Amino acid sequence: MQEQEHSLLEMRHINKLFPGVKALSDVDFTLRKGEVHALMGENGAGKSTLIKVLTGVYQNDGGEISVDGVKINIRSPQDAQNNGISTVYQEITLCPNLTVAENMFIGREDSFLVAHKNYEKRADKILGELGIPARSTQILGSCSLAVQQMVAIARAVDMKCKVLILDEPTSSLDDKEVKVLFDLMRDLKGRGVGIIFVTHFLEQVYEICDRITVLRNGELVGEYLTEELPQVQLVAKMIGKDLDELSSFEGVEEKHFDDSDIFYEASSLSSSDALPFDFAIHKGEVNGFTGLLGSGRSESVRAIFGADKINGGTVKIKGEPVKITKPIDAMKHGIGYLAEDRKRDGIIADLSVRENIILALQVMKGFFRPISRSEAESFADEYIKVLNIKTASRETPIGSLSGGNQQKVILARWLLTHPDYLILDEPTRGIDVGTKLEIQKLVLKLAEDGVSVTFISSEIEEMLRTCSRLIVMRDRHVVGELKGADLNQTQVMKTIAGGEAANEE
Amino acid sequence: MNEKKKVFREPLTDNQLLMTITICIFVGMYVLAILILKGGFLHVQQVFDMLNDNASLIIVACGLTIVMITAGIDISVGAVTSLVVMSCVLYLNKGGNIFVSILLALGIGLAFGAVQGFLVSYLDIQPFIVSLAGMFFARGLTTILSVNPQKVEHEGFSKLMDTKIVIPWLGYTAKNGNLVPARLELGVVVALLCVVVIFIVLKFTKLGRGFYAIGGNQTSALMLGINVKRTRFFAYVLCGLLSGISGYVFMMHTGAGNATNAAGMEMNAIAASIIGGTLLTGGVGNVAGTFFGTMTLTTIKKIVVSSGLNDPWWQSITTGGMLCFFILLQSVVLSRRSKKKE
Repeated sequence: MQEQEHSLLEMRHINKLFPGVKALSDVDFTLRKGEVHALMGENGAGKSTLIKVLTGVYQNDGGEISVDGVKINIRSPQDAQNNGISTVYQEITLCPNLTVAENMFIGREDSFLVAHKNYEKRADKILGELGIPARSTQILGSCSLAVQQMVAIARAVDMKCKVLILDEPTSSLDDKEVKVLFDLMRDLKGRGVGIIFVTHFLEQVYEICDRITVLRNGELVGEYLTEELPQVQLVAKMIGKDLDELSSFEGVEEKHFDDSDIFYEASSLSSSDALPFDFAIHKGEVNGFTGLLGSGRSESVRAIFGADKINGGTVKIKGEPVKITKPIDAMKHGIGYLAEDRKRDGIIADLSVRENIILALQVMKGFFRPISRSEAESFADEYIKVLNIKTASRETPIGSLSGGNQQKVILARWLLTHPDYLILDEPTRGIDVGTKLEIQKLVLKLAEDGVSVTFISSEIEEMLRTCSRLIVMRDRHVVGELKGADLNQTQVMKTIAGGEAANEE
Repeated sequence: MNEKKKVFREPLTDNQLLMTITICIFVGMYVLAILILKGGFLHVQQVFDMLNDNASLIIVACGLTIVMITAGIDISVGAVTSLVVMSCVLYLNKGGNIFVSILLALGIGLAFGAVQGFLVSYLDIQPFIVSLAGMFFARGLTTILSVNPQKVEHEGFSKLMDTKIVIPWLGYTAKNGNLVPARLELGVVVALLCVVVIFIVLKFTKLGRGFYAIGGNQTSALMLGINVKRTRFFAYVLCGLLSGISGYVFMMHTGAGNATNAAGMEMNAIAASIIGGTLLTGGVGNVAGTFFGTMTLTTIKKIVVSSGLNDPWWQSITTGGMLCFFILLQSVVLSRRSKKKE
């Protein structure tokens, strides 16, 4: 109770509605002076919505916010800054073509003329105090990303911020840079600044944070002291399953594969976004990549497909070494990839269902050997029937279909190329339960027909239902491979949470 | 420690680097011209002539540099210049007052700048399209005003036009033994003044730094608390104002209005800006560089003409080649730098 008196920022009963969705419902959040407070939750939990309400990017539809016990109204990012709430975003929101000093002072000068010397002196003083390795006269773009982020923090500190929001500050930093950033955070903590820390890296939460608030589906799960919440419990709360409730799930019947059956094999494959990893899949096997968002599961499968810039590693298909550096290479070797974000990477909204279906096949054949109209029509009709795609006709623009049906169209696109290996990244996200089941059934049927499938989903049950082997990732590393008896929720969660938590039992 | 820090010099910024390259090339080219073509290039008057002929281009190029720093573009400047010339000539020929004619010139420029700036900043329309429309509009208006070339017949203005700054000791002795003093037109003084003023605005005012911030990263500029819309609006207003001044200077140089005046001037101004180190992507640029860019462009043209290639297309071809060369040079230099950083 006493702690309540020291609270710096209080958000009470915050509600936020988007058309058709309740993004936040009745969420409370309390930040105390001089504490680092982690805001945790899976994708869509409402973390970023809450941050945006606090920074004035969104308006709350209910509830109240008070700083230092004074009720405030935040209407714009400017309002938030004036109330002592500063944000440092994942992407640097500074100007790379200006000097460090200018970036710290621009937009809040009081006079019409800019006194560069004066600003540089003040900037050097703050940078020195905070131990940030940058010179005030340096062009910002010539600093490393970590330093740029710290300059943004220095700007916030100079603006006398009371609440500092760090939104995924560590996602593009290496270990050494993270350490420097943490030192800076501890320093600020000592000055009484309250820090809200949003991240996907569990270890970092346990390293620096005093308290954790967990959100799920736009609702508050709870606020916990870090030392009282073991990592595995945190994961359980984020995913929404209590450990006690977890019973082993009836998994898929185990299949045995010979090593001669290996369809695809990669060793120390790495890309611009994925750290080196080993991976192999057998013919007719369904496996899955799991881990929290940001754990590197999507990045890894993108590397398999050659969707990002490949940095190294060797790849074998059916034992033969091959080179896959571009998606077209992968497609030629019979690999299909259904992207995570179908709106961005998958569908072409203005083209018809038919055109979207034949797209991949057309690319593989080459654009100078067009698929005839009648051929395309018969393909489209066939898959609309097989996959039970609900569309007015094959000529309907795909953009007007429901999410689940769009997903089926993209599935049809890849099935039409008769792939030997199909990668499905979150194929069931945002679609209704019925369609989800259909897609799961389809995956199993494909496997029976000898197609290898890699299946990624945020829902662990779904993965357990379809996959016979699970690769678990955490903080961009593969941390475990589960199969057979180990394939149950408890084990998966323990592996995701990792380390000491797994030993607790 | 502090002593040491003061001695430390920052590496050149992209901006300074590109400008230095331009100045070096300008000097190098001029020296080359003196060595190969001798004669005319040795006289100071040659430089003065280049300035006299290009005063209005320098002014317009400064305006474009501002807009380009904010990552925008304004291709109406040439047409506005032409419209200003024609309007002022007609006004003066009706017995108008010189002072009012100057206000008229500034007014027309400001009006175009303000309308285009409003459309670009507040209604979020592509600057290229807006200024393309502005260009057609201004050219059309010029033609409506008069299809035929008009000469200024105004006593006061003729006096103003003939006023030149004469510097005898920079002159040279002509073949017949007479001393020809160096002459500089008033327009050049105006142009240099514009360069200095804009230089200060860009470097030392809140508004000027705002232009760079917007060009560097628009979202960031917004987050940093800059009024992006208003700042961008002012960039176009300034550019329009400079077009107005340019028109008046143009008239002081030619003394006549013509519907085809300043045709293609916007393209020359863009070229001059780019050669001077302004990046079309925004955030980098400097009017001092633009000044030398204009001079470089002019020197090349002079060299081409002096080499006896009198046909106009040779000038276009060399300008094109030069622009290509500069852009290549810029991208090579910049990409090597960013690689080094990594």
